[in-house]
Amino acid sequence: MSIIAAGSDVPPFTLRREDGEPFTRDDLAGRTTVLVFYPSAFSSVCTDQFQIYQEVLEDLAAQGATLYGVSIDQTDSQVAFRESLRVTIPMLSDAHPQGAASAAFGALFEPTGVSNRALVIVGPDQKVQWSWEGEHPGILPGANLIFDALAASPA
Amino acid sequence: MDTLTHGMEDLRSAPPPALRDDDHVRGDPDATLVVLYADFTCPRCALAHERLTCARARVVFRHMALRAKHPRAVPVACAAEAAAAQGCFWPFADALYADQGRLDDPHLWERARRLGLDLERFDEDRRDPLITARVQGDTRAALAAGATTTPTLFVGDSPLSGVPDGGWLAQLG
Repeated sequence: MSIIAAGSDVPPFTLRREDGEPFTRDDLAGRTTVLVFYPSAFSSVCTDQFQIYQEVLEDLAAQGATLYGVSIDQTDSQVAFRESLRVTIPMLSDAHPQGAASAAFGALFEPTGVSNRALVIVGPDQKVQWSWEGEHPGILPGANLIFDALAASPA
Repeated sequence: MDTLTHGMEDLRSAPPPALRDDDHVRGDPDATLVVLYADFTCPRCALAHERLTCARARVVFRHMALRAKHPRAVPVACAAEAAAAQGCFWPFADALYADQGRLDDPHLWERARRLGLDLERFDEDRRDPLITARVQGDTRAALAAGATTTPTLFVGDSPLSGVPDGGWLAQLG
């Protein structure tokens, strides 16, 4: 499975917000969104990743970009993870059906059925502006890659 | 420490900044230069600091103080800079890493007193916005260089994420 390519239309998908409400393709319209697919709440690499991204959250907002964490974890686990890290990045659950949205974006790590570590930037036109996927979930993309991609993307 | 604010430009990919006049440097001047991006609240950083202190290396310490990592990460980094303003960065840094369970303000004052620092000036300096900007600037430079964890070490542009082991240290010469 390969990560969705830049220039692609975002496929239909449904994730669950922390309040249980659906988050779909329609929620991507009119703004720049950074989807951070990650394998598992409370893993050490995911911990480092969200603490790094939290540090630059205001800078992302200044660029008009909104960042979300996406994993196959249940919402309760995601929220507990987020709160334990003192992180404010909102989480989206891909638990029902498990991994379906991750698969739609090409971000499912098939050997274990969890989300791979992947980043997808979606533009206001609901097209993928940029994507990145690690060779395996242990590879952590730095925040610099997101800023490089935003700088290279059309305004 | 040119500005108090930072733009997004400084977060795009860039190599770690070259050695600056205001960097904190110690070790054999003829040894390999190792830039250590670290946080005083991080146990892995304490181990990296100890191993580098014992290695044949010229070490540059720069801050990688993430607010979400520990509520005291930035305040303690600023305290180290305040000690640096009185010429005591390394003794203060050593004292912080020697006892990471005691990082509250009274503990910082105790260390400052022990090192003979002017306490009033120390307290004023550690709250100076220029000091905060220095810490934040180091952290952002680390992120721009692709650092994803504490500690991150650089030899030239080559990074090492995590604690250096014996093999890595042996390569320093």
